[in-house]
Amino acid sequence: MSRDTLTGSRIRERRAMAGMRQAELARQVGISASYLNLIEHNRRRIGGKLLVNIATVLSVEPSLLSEGAEAALISTLREAAADSSMFQPEMDRVDDFAGRFPGWAELIAHGHRRIGNLERTAATLTDRLTHDPHLATSMHEMLSMVTAIRSTAGILADTKEIEPEWRNRFHRNINEDSKRLAESSQSLVEYLDGAGDAGAELTSPMEEVEMMLATHDYRFPNLEEDGENIDAFVAEQSQLTTQEARTAAIGTLKQLRSDARRMPREAVAEALQKDGLDPSALAREFRVSMAVVFRRIAILSDDLLPSPVGIIMCDSSGTLMLRKPVEGFPVPRFSGACPKWPLFQALTQPMRPIRRDVTVTGRESKQFICYAIAEAVGTLEFNDDPLYRAYMLVVPVDTVQADAREVGSTCRVCPSVGCDGRREPSILVDGI
Amino acid sequence: MGKRVLLIEDEPNIIEAISFILSRDGWSVSTHSNGHDAVDLVQSNPPDLLILDVMLPGKSGFEILKELRETTSAETLPVLMLTARGQKADREMAERAGASRFMTKPFSNAEVLEAVRELVGS
Repeated sequence: MSRDTLTGSRIRERRAMAGMRQAELARQVGISASYLNLIEHNRRRIGGKLLVNIATVLSVEPSLLSEGAEAALISTLREAAADSSMFQPEMDRVDDFAGRFPGWAELIAHGHRRIGNLERTAATLTDRLTHDPHLATSMHEMLSMVTAIRSTAGILADTKEIEPEWRNRFHRNINEDSKRLAESSQSLVEYLDGAGDAGAELTSPMEEVEMMLATHDYRFPNLEEDGENIDAFVAEQSQLTTQEARTAAIGTLKQLRSDARRMPREAVAEALQKDGLDPSALAREFRVSMAVVFRRIAILSDDLLPSPVGIIMCDSSGTLMLRKPVEGFPVPRFSGACPKWPLFQALTQPMRPIRRDVTVTGRESKQFICYAIAEAVGTLEFNDDPLYRAYMLVVPVDTVQADAREVGSTCRVCPSVGCDGRREPSILVDGI
Repeated sequence: MGKRVLLIEDEPNIIEAISFILSRDGWSVSTHSNGHDAVDLVQSNPPDLLILDVMLPGKSGFEILKELRETTSAETLPVLMLTARGQKADREMAERAGASRFMTKPFSNAEVLEAVRELVGS
């Protein structure tokens, strides 16, 4: 069936979308319902005034019914089919498909385009030297400097008799090159450190929420108690670029407000003054669950505690969700965290609060006390397996405990040797 | 008068260092630092050996080499390519373009001397 014979299918589709019965449409354009039925099943040709009238009743452009919006759509579907080696879609019926099921067809086309984008992104991330022009340029610059220095230094070291003017010249060259090397390596570090890399456009909704929270230093005095409208506040935040991110932000801020009402800022300040940072004492005093205490401490720590406290949350699949980073405890960006984190131990013993001293592997191994707990999400039902979310509060400490557990960030950048939890080799062990 | 080597490289201090070690080794060294007219230069006065950097202003080392290999005068000229990236893809590209040898930065002076001696078979 070719494209122009599918006008009827499009009319049927549009009528269904408008929620109009066949008889009703037929009546409005002055034909019998059975005749419209024949048209809709592409068994009668339709054109001219009748088509225009039907289009008017359905509030669409007549051309949308006669030609369809599907020329571009069909070519995308053809591409998708060509890229698939596993399935052989019915190519001779692609027009039929796009005409009869425009929504499904759009879904496939959209999915196909999205896969293309993601494949490019994955390629960019895995082969950054090729795809990231900035990185390639700085690496080239650095290697050129290193080459010049190595060669010049080699000359100075190996040439027994060298004229003073040559020697001076080479000394000057090494000095210049080492300065340039220092500058370019510094800018490279800044670049790799900063957000201006290939990943900047790849933020997930949750990451946008994190960025928004960090921009406000985790302080939302107007939102906390009551007053300010959360939806309006979220709509104004430039970090939240997608609807998904805004929805996630609304959820997070609503929880923040509910936590704040149960543990008001002043009362928490008083309790902390009295008992210090003691999560179970706070849970008792405010009659709240440990998760509420953890979230509240993390949010208020910047103002009320000597040093900010971090928090990490994951669901029972181990997928990291909300997190507030704390210096010295790196959290991997794309999941795949260290299985030794007390966060994950908590998932194996739901509702049991855990307190662990940990040392982070690496050059500046810092110590932290981690408090972790896994709590059920939603209401509990008989014979229904609950889902859990685990929270881990990460509190920096100065005193070093000898028996602290060694934890990392993610295997790729963890120098730990002989770790049973290792999933993949470290890029550090082989020497960088 | 020793054999003549032409060094095409855009980093002045690398030019200086390589020129120095090659001169000390008995080569007569001339240098050039951009890609635009490199092909003409080689054709008008072919050296015994060409040391060619990949990343050059104007034209890449790969392009220069490809053009040179298409001319009769430089068909068999020994060419040592220098690159800042030792990736397999680059090595393959250099081979396809017709490089006689391929060297990754940063190299040592000894490596350069060994490579040029071997290429010209002194």
